[in-house]
Amino acid sequence: MNKFYGYLFIAPFFVVFVVTGLFPVVFTGYVSLFSWELVDGSPRFVGPANYLELVADDRFWTAVVNTFSIFALSTGPQLVLAVVLALALDRRSTGWRVAVLLPCSMSLVAVGIIFANLFGPNYGLVNTVLSGLGLGRVDWQGSRIASHVAIAVMVNWRWTGYNALVVLAGLQAIPRVLHEAATVDGAGRWGRFVHVTLPLLRPTLLFVLVTSTIGGLQVFTEPKLFDGQPGSNNGGASGQFQTVALYVYQSAFETQRLGYASAMAWVLFGMVAVLIGVNHVLTTRSTGAANH
Amino acid sequence: MRHLPWRASALVTAVTTAVITAVLATALTGCGTGSTTPGAPGSLELSIATFGEFGYEDLLIQYQDTHPGIKIRHQKTGQGGPYHQQLFTRLGAGSGLADVVAVEEGHLADALAKSRLFYDLAAIGPREVTGDRWLDWKYAAAKAKDGALIGYGTDSGPLAMCYRADLLAAAGLPSTPDAVKPLFANWDSYFAAGDTYRARTGKAWFDSDAQIFDAMNNQLATGYFDTEDNLVVETNPGIRRNWDAVTAAGERGQSAGLTAFSAEWDAGFLAGAFATKTCPSWMLGVIKAQAGPDNAGRWAVTDAFPGGGGNWGGSYLTVPRQSRHPREAAALAAWLTAPEQQIKAFAATGNFPSQVEALTSPQLLGTLDPYFGNAPIGRLFAAQARKVSAPQYKGPGDGRIQENVATPALRAVEEGASPAEGWRQLVNGAKKVAR
Repeated sequence: MNKFYGYLFIAPFFVVFVVTGLFPVVFTGYVSLFSWELVDGSPRFVGPANYLELVADDRFWTAVVNTFSIFALSTGPQLVLAVVLALALDRRSTGWRVAVLLPCSMSLVAVGIIFANLFGPNYGLVNTVLSGLGLGRVDWQGSRIASHVAIAVMVNWRWTGYNALVVLAGLQAIPRVLHEAATVDGAGRWGRFVHVTLPLLRPTLLFVLVTSTIGGLQVFTEPKLFDGQPGSNNGGASGQFQTVALYVYQSAFETQRLGYASAMAWVLFGMVAVLIGVNHVLTTRSTGAANH
Repeated sequence: MRHLPWRASALVTAVTTAVITAVLATALTGCGTGSTTPGAPGSLELSIATFGEFGYEDLLIQYQDTHPGIKIRHQKTGQGGPYHQQLFTRLGAGSGLADVVAVEEGHLADALAKSRLFYDLAAIGPREVTGDRWLDWKYAAAKAKDGALIGYGTDSGPLAMCYRADLLAAAGLPSTPDAVKPLFANWDSYFAAGDTYRARTGKAWFDSDAQIFDAMNNQLATGYFDTEDNLVVETNPGIRRNWDAVTAAGERGQSAGLTAFSAEWDAGFLAGAFATKTCPSWMLGVIKAQAGPDNAGRWAVTDAFPGGGGNWGGSYLTVPRQSRHPREAAALAAWLTAPEQQIKAFAATGNFPSQVEALTSPQLLGTLDPYFGNAPIGRLFAAQARKVSAPQYKGPGDGRIQENVATPALRAVEEGASPAEGWRQLVNGAKKVAR
């Protein structure tokens, strides 16, 4: 009887997971084998054709490069900044800790619209400041790398504070005695940071990396709202900042090719899985190392 | 762990919306039409779906007062983009649409391509409603290949030219509504005036290449598709000619490079970044909102348009096959699109009527707009509406090519790509949409 209630109590999660998580994933895999138009009564089985077409699709590879570029530009600085912020927060009150979490609680759409305005090539605040400082104006929409930087800034602004708190938790889990012992051994502040704090923080940093990888490879709202043309799914005039997630959406609901979009979603899923696998191997190893 | 689901939700949304929409659509059918008890008098409920502002609020109350037994539920959506995306998703799902569904002109071609999913209003609508209610082009555009009429026209967007009278005067160009007409006689004179304006002020003549290109293309006898639905973007010399003319003018500095309806475009109105704007009737409201009271009296409008005229925007009321009360729905759509009602909608929102009789109404003809120097906008747009020639045939995907392929391709040119590269982007993109 106890057993029955146990399952009953955990059932809501699994029911919701199966309906909104597992089923769509499996069904997407099924759809990816069809030529399936959105408004179409007769999907046609095409086997791996969608996947083969995807491999030859320039637009897809542009999106992949964009995705990894934005991912690198956001995750790298985010990790460093999160550690710096965490070190600063270590000696601050709770109020500050809440404050760094604020960007995270803002509506993503509002953030996207405001940042798109800030980075407007003609009338945006960023370019006004840049030209005021005597630096050149930057075409945040037209230039591929500049647009990636702008989108990465948006992502970083939103997530650095959250990651800082995770790092902070890891930081405070480090026994103070280790710091004291290092001090006794003559280590300065920098020495303790490099030889005590950082090594013991590695599992935490890898956790942050894993979650940022999953999120970073699926960036969607930021590039969608960053586009100067309202409602556009193109990710810039020639797809210069279109991410894979955005291309999936465009293929499904604009071009109305559900099969093709599903195949792309599965390839994206595969990419995330591979990267997570790599992360997992690293995490297990380093956690093992840390435990010794 | 909140980190993960929040951002992952974007993709999950993308991938599962289809499934969810289908589920929701099924659920929503219950509220859409199912709550009616067929046959029971005095309990018929009709639903009507519109986007933006149609000016129907008071009219629907009036209809319910004069038709006891009919209850109307009005589903309003703010933005046209998501509205039409949902419309076509529900059309595909086979359920979830209202009894009367508004379709915008730009999406009409996609609806016509699925005309079997709509009722032929000529067959089920009131018999006294015939084609002579509307301007010829408005009526003809809603006819499917097999002759079925899938929509009653509501409003329209006849094109005129809006311009900054003060900026033209400062550049030594004619600036009164009558004197500027020669500048807007045809596209050559328009671009020539642009060169003069550019040379004298160093500023842009129009907002963006795409806004000019679309207007030019819509005047061609054949557009992106021929009547057999073959994509002819590469072989239609008119499109290439327009492309060359617009991109050349853009390269000479005539384009401000401001994508229409972007935040930068809004700011461009305030800054006076461009001197002319292709101007369907509803654009007057956009200009007023974006240029603001500080620019009142500076903008003017004239009843001339390069290459004759044209239409941009306006909608139709359709009755999808999903409707359980098609005859009642068609009757409602017919009533709403009658001249008397559309004049009231014009008074409420400024949506310009597409009905012949409405264009001679004294109320409409007497309308002046103080913001545009007391321009007689009623008379002016009525004249422009009559200049619209036979509608160009729009193939399935036509609107998507214009909006999602041609506009970005021209933007790429404005951002530094060569016109040849932009052309390739247009051709390849159009092929993808048309496949």
